[in-house]
Amino acid sequence: MIELRDVHKAFGPKEVLRGIDLSIGKGRSMVIIGGSGTGKSVCLKCVLGLIEPDRGIITVDGQDVTRLRQGSSERDAFLARFGMLFQGGALFDSLPVWQNVAFRLLRGSLKRPWTEAREIAIEKLRRVGLSPDVADLYPAELSGGMQKRVSLARAIAAEPEIIFFDEPTTGLDPIMSGVINDLIREIVVEMGATAMTITHDMTSVRAIADEVAMLHRGKIRWTGPVTEMDASGDPYLTQFITGSPNGPIETLR
Amino acid sequence: MSLLAAVGRAVLALLAAIGRTALFGIETVSHLFRPPWYPREFGHALLQIGYFSLPVVGLTTIFTGGALALQIYAGGARFSAEAVVPQIVAIGMVRELGPVLVGLMIAARVTSSIAAEIATMKVTEQIDALVTLSTHPMKYLTLPRVLAATLVMPLLVAVGDVIGIFGGYVVGVNRLGFNASTYLRNTIDFLEPLDIVSSMTKGAVFGFLAALMGCYYGMQSARGAQGVGSATKTAVVAASVLILAANFILTELFFAA
Repeated sequence: MIELRDVHKAFGPKEVLRGIDLSIGKGRSMVIIGGSGTGKSVCLKCVLGLIEPDRGIITVDGQDVTRLRQGSSERDAFLARFGMLFQGGALFDSLPVWQNVAFRLLRGSLKRPWTEAREIAIEKLRRVGLSPDVADLYPAELSGGMQKRVSLARAIAAEPEIIFFDEPTTGLDPIMSGVINDLIREIVVEMGATAMTITHDMTSVRAIADEVAMLHRGKIRWTGPVTEMDASGDPYLTQFITGSPNGPIETLR
Repeated sequence: MSLLAAVGRAVLALLAAIGRTALFGIETVSHLFRPPWYPREFGHALLQIGYFSLPVVGLTTIFTGGALALQIYAGGARFSAEAVVPQIVAIGMVRELGPVLVGLMIAARVTSSIAAEIATMKVTEQIDALVTLSTHPMKYLTLPRVLAATLVMPLLVAVGDVIGIFGGYVVGVNRLGFNASTYLRNTIDFLEPLDIVSSMTKGAVFGFLAALMGCYYGMQSARGAQGVGSATKTAVVAASVLILAANFILTELFFAA
């Protein structure tokens, strides 16, 4: 279970998170929605320890993640439980696709023999719908959709307990977005993983989420099951779902 | 008063930058003694920094050695000391020009490349991805590059010294009329072990500084293309200035009377 309690984070005078309270149950898929700049990615990076919160408590299965020292074996063990799909893919340009996918399996505590790691990478590539010929290409030789798939394959390669998806469909056409959404849903269900996704895309929300949390001005505005989202009665959430320019969320024209 | 405050702010910013760079250097070195290590990355860095720098090192030093021979001959002619060309070319190349020119070429070629690569990795979230894959960026990116540059630079400087002396020899024998065997004998007889040791030491220090600056400014890069460009430019300038400053200090340490 992932829990955030009263998490604050400011960058200089700009307060991004103003007291986040959120719980994600084991094996559940939580999608965080909200406008640009509301702190969704910061929230996710705080859980991973990529950004240190100014105050508040973040626990994963009762373990306080803010106390894990960078480079310590406890932090390595903690991160080994996670998979992460970055918004831009964040594939390593200098490595071929299969070494990107098997990165964790080629070094550190999960190290496997070279050939076994390659076999696992090819199997994971197949799982996300890519043929084995892609394995020896470099990320720059792939389309945006293929890069997202490779990144997804890397996120699941070590069979993590918790997977984070940062805007998994941004920049993709609607058909490819649908493919990625279906893959995420299938993989999360199949692996029984806990998932936390950030997106603006309401189609993704409906395809991926068990539960939804809306972030607005650094606070959780609404949270509940995806099935109750449309009838929430919250004017902020309703405006966001409908994409209406009229409503309590200020828009710049 | 406002001018004084501006000078004060600039001095404080400079001291803070020196402090941050020093801490970065200490942290890099500390990873040398703490596993895990990444030998594959280290091997790749050795190849990139060492082997692929050989052409630029060779071209730079051969022309400099030749020009040095011409200058010493012309200058020596003013007080009938043309015969010192082999000795001064050797001492000039080994003690000063070899290490400094190779250092500056490495700053141009390697520091820029390291800074641009790491800065791009930072802005495209590849550094964050490394962390989430339980890989410490300092161990995976910084240590292999800094260690490789520190170890390979003395060899590059040695190659540069030899090629530079060879440039002087070619000009001395073919253009200035020196006897080939006399030129070589004078060169070898005149050089002392301390000259070679100082050259290699300078090479190691310059290599460390060049790679460290590339890694430091790459890691500090701001977002966007402008951030990458700025990180690369600052890294090369910082490495070049530090190499020249370190050269003065090392020369003082080795050769001060």
